[in-house]
Amino acid sequence: MRGYLFKRLAQIVITFFLFLSAIFFLVDAQPGDYGNVFYSNPRLTPEQRQQLKANLGLDQPTWVRYTKWMSSFLQGDLGISFSNYPRPVIDVIAERAPRTIVLFMSATVVSFYFGFMAGKLLAWNRGGLVEYASTIGGVSLYTVFTPWFALIMIWVFAFRLGWFPIGKFIEPTAWIGAPTEVNDVFIRLIFTALIASVLLFTLLVSVGRLNTNQRRPATWIGMAVIAAGALIYWLNTGLGVYALDILWHLTLPIITLALISFAGSMLLTRNSMLETLREDYVLAARAKGISEKAIRDRHAARNAMLPVVTSFVFSLAFAIDGGVITETVFSWPGMGRTLLTAANAEDIPMVLGALVFTGTLALTAHLVADILYAYLDPRIRYA
Amino acid sequence: MAETTITGSDLVKPDSLWRIRLRLSWQAFKKNAALFAENPVGLIGFAIILIFMLMAVAHPILINTVWDPVIYDPVTGIDITIPFHPSPPSPTHLLGTDSFGRDVLSQLMFSTASEFALGAVAAIVTVLIATTIGAVAAYYGGIIDTIFMRFADLVVMTPFVTLLIVLSTLFEVGMIELAIIIGLLGGFGSTTIIIKSQALTVKVRTYIEAARIAGGGDARIIFRHIIPNLLPLSFLYMMFTVTSAIFSEAVLSFFGLLNIRMSWGLMIFTTQFSGYLLDFEKWWLIYPASVAITAMCAAFYLVGRGIDEIINPRLRRR
Repeated sequence: MRGYLFKRLAQIVITFFLFLSAIFFLVDAQPGDYGNVFYSNPRLTPEQRQQLKANLGLDQPTWVRYTKWMSSFLQGDLGISFSNYPRPVIDVIAERAPRTIVLFMSATVVSFYFGFMAGKLLAWNRGGLVEYASTIGGVSLYTVFTPWFALIMIWVFAFRLGWFPIGKFIEPTAWIGAPTEVNDVFIRLIFTALIASVLLFTLLVSVGRLNTNQRRPATWIGMAVIAAGALIYWLNTGLGVYALDILWHLTLPIITLALISFAGSMLLTRNSMLETLREDYVLAARAKGISEKAIRDRHAARNAMLPVVTSFVFSLAFAIDGGVITETVFSWPGMGRTLLTAANAEDIPMVLGALVFTGTLALTAHLVADILYAYLDPRIRYA
Repeated sequence: MAETTITGSDLVKPDSLWRIRLRLSWQAFKKNAALFAENPVGLIGFAIILIFMLMAVAHPILINTVWDPVIYDPVTGIDITIPFHPSPPSPTHLLGTDSFGRDVLSQLMFSTASEFALGAVAAIVTVLIATTIGAVAAYYGGIIDTIFMRFADLVVMTPFVTLLIVLSTLFEVGMIELAIIIGLLGGFGSTTIIIKSQALTVKVRTYIEAARIAGGGDARIIFRHIIPNLLPLSFLYMMFTVTSAIFSEAVLSFFGLLNIRMSWGLMIFTTQFSGYLLDFEKWWLIYPASVAITAMCAAFYLVGRGIDEIINPRLRRR
C-alpha cells in the first residue's frame, strides 16, 4: 500500500510540473504581446516604452521568463494581477477559491447522494416505462445547455416566485454596518460545515457498532446535538444574519448545479449496479435467503459504489469547468468567472494563476481518488 | 487428347474475398441494427438526429425557392416590412425575428449543418488518434505505452471547457480549429485510455497469437486484427465526442469567444448582447437555440447509450 502510494505521488508531482510547463508555453504562444495594453499609450516616449517592457520582463527570451516564472511559483509568488492591480494573483485566488470550492462541493455531494439512491432503484426495478422515462429525463438534464437551464431556474425561482435572490454572493445593502468582512463570515461558515461533517461521520461510524434497535434513535439524537451546537455558536457570534444572507444566495446555484450533475451520477450508478447484480455473490446472497432490500443495499449497491466514488472525486476536480458557466450566469464571484474575465482582459498572470489553481485541484483529486480506490478495492492495492 | 487436369476453380467457384467480407459485415450490421431497434432509448436519439438532418438539408432548398435571401439570410437578412425587431412569431417568420431583424428559424436551420460538421470532424479526429494510439500502446507496451499514457493523464487532468476558453480568447479559433482541438484533446486523453484498456484484452486473444504464428508482422496484426476489434468501442466514443463538441461550441459561442458566422450558441449570445437574456416574454430569442443544443447533445448521447447496450455484454438483458 505504502509503495503504491509513494509511486503515485511521485508520478503526480512530475505530471504537475509538466502541466505547469504546458500551460506556460501555451499562453506564451499566443500571437501578439500582452504588454501592448500598457505601452501602446501614445504619450510614452520610446525609452519609457522600453523601460516598461523591461519591467514586465517581456524583452527576455521565452526560456528565461519560463525559469523565472517557475522559480517564483515555487516560492509561492504568481505575480500581480493586471485587472485587480495592485493585488497579487495569489491573494485573489485565496479570496475566491473557497467560494468556488464550497459551491461545487455542496452541489456535488447533494447530487451524488440523490443520484446514487435513484440509480440504485433504477437498476433494481429494471424495465418498464419508469426506466425509459428516467433515462430520457436524466439524459436531457445531463446534456441540457447549462446557461439556459440556469436562466430558467433564475426566472422561475428568483424572478417569478421571488424565493431566492437573482444572483450575486451577498445583498450589499444588508451588509452596511456589518462588524466584519464577508470573507470572515464565509470562512467561519466553512469551518462550521467542516467540523459538523467530521462529527457526523464519527457519529455514523460509531452508531454502526450499536445493535439494530438502538441505531436509529442514536443517529437522530447525535444529529440534533450537532445541529444545536452549530446554532448556539452562530447565535453567540451575532453574525447569524450575515451567514444566512450568504446561504440564501448559495441555495439556488446549488440546486441548479445539483440537478444538472444528478443525472450523470444516476446513470453511472445504474450501469455499475447492473454489472454487480450479475456477480456470483449476489446469487449467493439470494440463495442464503437474505431479504431483497439487504441484497440491494448491502451486497450490490456497496460494490457498485466503486466507480461512483471515483467519478465523485473527479467531478470535484472539474469544478472550475462547470464554474465558468454557472458562476457567470449567477454572477457568483468565484474562480471560474475570474478566469473568464481575466482571459478576456488579457490579464495573463491571473489566467496562469487560475490555471495553476485548476491543476492543483485536479491533481489533488486524482491523488485522493487513487487512495480511496486502493482503500476500497483491495485488488488494486496488492496488484 | 484433351487436357484432363482438374483445376481448383472447376470444383468450387469461391466468391471473391471482398464479397464475402461485405456479406459478413452486412449480416453483422443487420443483427446489431435489430438489437439496437429493441431499445427505445437509442431509437429516440436516432429519430431526433434524423429530424435535425432534415432541417440541415431543407435550409439550402428553402433559401433557393421559398425564402427570399434578402429577408431570410441567417447572417445578413433583415425584414424591413416589420417596424420593430425582435418581432414575435408570425406566418412569415414562424419563430419570429431576432433583435437585428433576422429570421430565427432560418438561423436555426442554417446552423444545423455546421453543428453536424463540427461533431463529425471532432469525432473522426478523436477516434482516429485514440484507436491508433490505443492499439499501438497496448500491443508494444513498455516505453511507448508509458509515454502515451502519462501524456493522456496530463490531458485528462486539464479541465476541458476552461482550456478551450483560454485558447479561444488568446488565439483566433473558428469552427474547424475548434473541431480539431476538441478531437485532439479527446484523442490523446480519456478516449485513448478507455480504448487502450480494451485493446489489452484483445491483444491476449488466441487469434492474435495465431496471426503471429502465421507470420503476420506487427503492423499487419495491429491494423488487421486488433483495430477491427476495437471499432465498435471507437464508434461508441464517437457519439460521446459529438455531444461534448456541440456542447463546448455552444458554451464558447455563448461567451462570444469564437470566430464564426452563425451557430446556436451565437444566437443566444446575440440575445444576451442585445439585453433580452432574462426577458422570457420573448421566448423565441432563447428557447429555439437552447432546445436545439440540448436535443442534439441528448440525441447523440442516447444513441451512444443504445450502442453501449449492444457492445457491452454485461448491460444486455440476455
